[in-house]
Amino acid sequence: MESNFTHHQSAHCENGVASNLLKHNGLDISEPMVFGIGSGLFFVYLPFLKVNYAPAISYRPMPGLIFNRLAKRLGLKIKRQKFSSEANAVKALDTNLKNNIPSGLQVGVYNLTYFPDEYRFHFNAHNLVVYGKTDTDYLISDPVMENVTTLTHDELRKVRFAKGAFAPRGQIYYPIQIPETVNLKSAIIKGIKNTCRDMLAPMPIIGVRGMRLVARQIRKWPTKHGVKKANHYLAQMVRMQEEIGTGGGGFRFIYAAFLQEASVILENEKLKEMSQEMTIIGDLWRDFAVEASRVYKNRSTKADVYNTIADQLLNIADKEEVFFKKLNKTIS
Amino acid sequence: MKKNEVPQDKGNLSNNKMKELVYAIDENGNYTTALSTGWEPKTIALSNSIDEISERIAVAKVQVKNNEVSPIVYFMEYSRMDIAVLSSYVGMWKWQVKRHFKPKVFAKLSDKILLKYAGTFNISIAELRNFKID
Repeated sequence: MESNFTHHQSAHCENGVASNLLKHNGLDISEPMVFGIGSGLFFVYLPFLKVNYAPAISYRPMPGLIFNRLAKRLGLKIKRQKFSSEANAVKALDTNLKNNIPSGLQVGVYNLTYFPDEYRFHFNAHNLVVYGKTDTDYLISDPVMENVTTLTHDELRKVRFAKGAFAPRGQIYYPIQIPETVNLKSAIIKGIKNTCRDMLAPMPIIGVRGMRLVARQIRKWPTKHGVKKANHYLAQMVRMQEEIGTGGGGFRFIYAAFLQEASVILENEKLKEMSQEMTIIGDLWRDFAVEASRVYKNRSTKADVYNTIADQLLNIADKEEVFFKKLNKTIS
Repeated sequence: MKKNEVPQDKGNLSNNKMKELVYAIDENGNYTTALSTGWEPKTIALSNSIDEISERIAVAKVQVKNNEVSPIVYFMEYSRMDIAVLSSYVGMWKWQVKRHFKPKVFAKLSDKILLKYAGTFNISIAELRNFKID
């Protein structure tokens, strides 16, 4: 069984799966569009949730949310199923493949054998598409890979039923209804408004306020936890920022690409300027990662370097606050 | 980020030729995509995590050898898990898993429970029970 699915590589897994599945179903929508309309840009600091023994910082919303928002804003219908029984999960996927329906899956990364070993952590919010099955393998289109790949039946079962935070529980999703025409304009505006609201949210752990809170914490890390742990926290932060599937700096560039596309669709020149501003902010995030990596590489013991990094993060938070306030005005 | 600034550092950890897609602007200021072979700050962050894990595994090894903890701890670290992840894989409470870290408790565990751990770590019950550090 094999459907004629076309694989396109993407920067982020959830956008990529959504974009690829919709393209397959005749709706040509780019990765940045999916990301922008689905309000994929986000920031949340969850100190009570530890990932790899460091506080969790997420640069994206809950898994599944981007695609769900996109569907709602474009009037698509997506079917999502989770399973308590592994056998039923396999059956549901196989039935879909028999009916030529490529299906999106949420999976754990740890048992994805085609990933390099260093990427294999217990991280459960990865997404991929299964588009076919042979006697031994499933045919996989993983959007962060350059080319299509395969997993054995047993390997796929393992990644679908990975355990821990955000356990996928065999989750499968696919579009079941796509309207003839979609209203991109209103969807884009809703997506932008949502992102502005998130990033400017009056909550201490979310958006620009969340960044400022993290900046304050970074200053305390070396004295509170010792240099070793502080460096580990910082390294984890950069990993979550730049790694496949999450992304802070990279996300800014996808968002900038979205704003550029949106400026054409909405015939709004100002959005193009906003896109350029976002690019500059993305570069600042990259500078932040470079600076942070110097700290944990040299294992510098000066408390000062943490202050420098915290200042950098504060600067980004200030820039983003101005940016999203301006963006909100641009579209209203 | 401009297209010609897309990092092409060697992902020195990996011989796997995996390239990532990134968004960058071309010479006319328009967004396009490019492939990146790797970026040093990221590679350092990742190797930091890998080192951290190797260290944890080494510590666990010594502790198992000194009979301070049960082999479950070693295999947990080896599988890059923490107590929360392990307890959700074996379907037990965290306090139960923590109890099984004690060598005395571990020695009395039934095959049924050992099987849950062994299955999670992808090893046999014998390998888990008779785990010895040389």
